[in-house]
Amino acid sequence: MKLQTLGQVIRHEELSSKVYYLVLKAPQIAKQATPGQFVQVKCSDTYQPLLRKPFSLHEIDKVDGRISLLYEVKGQGTKSLTKVRVDDYLDLIGPLGSGFSLPPRCRAILVGGGMGIAPLLPLAEKLKEQGQEFAAILGFNEVQKVYRLEAFQKLGQVIVTTLDGSLGEKGLVTQPLERELGSEKYNIIYACGPEAMLKNVSAIADSFGVECQVSLEAYMACGFGACLGCVCQTKELTGPTYSRVCTDGPVFNSREVIWHEG
Amino acid sequence: MKVKMEVDIGGLKLQNPVLTASGTFGSGQEYLPFIDLNRLGGVVVKGLTLLPKAGNPPPRLIETPSGLLNAIGLQNPGVDYFIENILPELTSYQTKFIVNISGNTPEEYGVLAQKLSVPGVAALEVNISCPNVKAGGLVFGTDPDLVAEVISVVKGHTNLPVIAKLSPNVTDIQEIARAAEEAGADAISLINTLLGMAIDVETRKPVLGNIVGGLSGPAIKPIALRMVWQVAQAVKIPIIGMGGIVSAQDALEFILAGANAIAIGTGNFINPRVTMEVIAGLEEYCQKTKTEDISHLVGLANPLKMR
Ligand SMILES: Cc1cc2nc3c(=O)[nH]c(=O)nc-3n(C[C@H](O)[C@H](O)[C@H](O)COP(=O)(O)OP(=O)(O)OC[C@H]3O[C@@H](n4cnc5c(N)ncnc54)[C@H](O)[C@@H]3O)c2cc1C
Ligand SMILES: Cc1cc2nc3c(=O)[nH]c(=O)nc-3n(C[C@H](O)[C@H](O)[C@H](O)COP(=O)(O)O)c2cc1C
Ligand code: FES
Repeated sequence: MKLQTLGQVIRHEELSSKVYYLVLKAPQIAKQATPGQFVQVKCSDTYQPLLRKPFSLHEIDKVDGRISLLYEVKGQGTKSLTKVRVDDYLDLIGPLGSGFSLPPRCRAILVGGGMGIAPLLPLAEKLKEQGQEFAAILGFNEVQKVYRLEAFQKLGQVIVTTLDGSLGEKGLVTQPLERELGSEKYNIIYACGPEAMLKNVSAIADSFGVECQVSLEAYMACGFGACLGCVCQTKELTGPTYSRVCTDGPVFNSREVIWHEG
Repeated sequence: MKVKMEVDIGGLKLQNPVLTASGTFGSGQEYLPFIDLNRLGGVVVKGLTLLPKAGNPPPRLIETPSGLLNAIGLQNPGVDYFIENILPELTSYQTKFIVNISGNTPEEYGVLAQKLSVPGVAALEVNISCPNVKAGGLVFGTDPDLVAEVISVVKGHTNLPVIAKLSPNVTDIQEIARAAEEAGADAISLINTLLGMAIDVETRKPVLGNIVGGLSGPAIKPIALRMVWQVAQAVKIPIIGMGGIVSAQDALEFILAGANAIAIGTGNFINPRVTMEVIAGLEEYCQKTKTEDISHLVGLANPLKMR
């Protein structure tokens, strides 16, 4: 069950401009967490910002009782998060949300854009642990803004794309995705990244008839289902419904999601 | 010293004066991982309407300095679903469950009150911050006559204690409070959220899907406190104070201003254990100040007021 706990900072470093890697000792969260789940972090002791901020679990080490986060500095919350030091304690709520589900005998292709690679690492670890084949397509803006690549490469095949072509293939993740799906080696896609990317990935999944699970983001207040603030529109038997990204998701079957225009 | 924490809010007997604010606490079960519901004074469940309500399009939330703007749009499964599927699960707790209701017309409030007058519901909180569909969308809570009408219809359909939840988006809160009291309300709760908005300068559009939303959290505390103070001068029925409470000290300010009980909303998001900490903090304060009964503190900030 989810809980509120203090996590002790074990490592905290800037990997590339504005992108940080934070390792925490939080055994009770690590013990229960599954890939795709997240934690609500109290980033500041003041009311600036007022709310906790959600971050995906980037590593789940059940043996050592550790979790890690990968985050990009955006505004007040993430800026004050950069100030925490090794040995400090962070107030966490987690593990939250329903993560990726792994059907038996899946041949998975993982698609991550930018910060969206964060929840894919524990998924890759789990797939490897279960002896299931996978490939990962990781998209970045440019070579200076590439991070955590080795962590993925240790686990399996990785294709990198950059918008400017400064590393790997030039362009978007969707190009190698279509090519790889053409090989008919894969039967499931796991994707996390900007909404426009997810929308395109899910259209590609449909055209190849492949299952696709997407991890969505929404502005959250509670993170555990109480406020109904974080909804996205999904297709239900009864018609379009607002589902809670924090508890019904953040991972959804892409066929359930009603995407926005544009 | 044993402090008497029990309070009586217009016939609603609570083991302590700390409630949760509607819409921030689900049905209470969402908080089971964090707190013992049985230790709360009471839970005010998410606002219900007669028919299921889909709610507003996202984005529904945005933070502002020390505050939170929300435009949930009363998303809820409807009163019948609540009675059949949620209420039975709540009967295993000893805490009091107060149901918050919203209607489109006075008649709807009456039907809601009647349907909810069942075992397991300890009181009704009438959310009058809703547009009156019949009167061209005028918000009930801004017109004393409409407030009186809604409250008396509700009173006519239930024997449960009826709490009128006032909207702060009015010019004269005392006038509204008096109208609720005269119409038979057993207690008053305030404040609901303050109408506000935020604009994204990149897209040059309002941030919220609903354009405007309700402001809550520490940002509104001084306004809420002032309104509780004013209402305490205007009516004799008990008051449940809320708006920006995140600590025992905040809660004490409301009690000293004239609130007989308090409710915590947005504070639960930041610290899901805040209610427990506030209960402990209130008791500690009473012990420290040798106050035998927490109710002795009510309205003490006003030397003229003997309650
Ligand atoms: C389930 C989930 C998992 C996430 N995982 C990661 C991750 O692994 N790494 C990472 O860098 N980011 C992640 N995010 C995004 C992260 O939560 C935001 O970047 C962060 O909240 C920004 O806060 P801020 O105060 O620094 O920025 P602000 O300047 O306040 O906001 C920047 C943007 O962040 C988003 N945001 C702000 N507050 C919230 C909130 N309370 N809830 C949700 N979104 C908010 C909004 O879209 C906003 O436009 C995740 C979000 C969700 C919902
Ligand atoms: C997300 C959210 C949903 C709310 N939903 C309701 C509701 O359904 N009915 C109601 O009467 N008040 C509702 N409110 C108002 C609160 O109950 C409370 O009056 C207000 O937020 C002020 O208290 P706070 O500052 O402690 O949150 C809601 C507030 C928030 C933040
Ligand atoms: S963030 Fe509160 S319900 Fe999802």
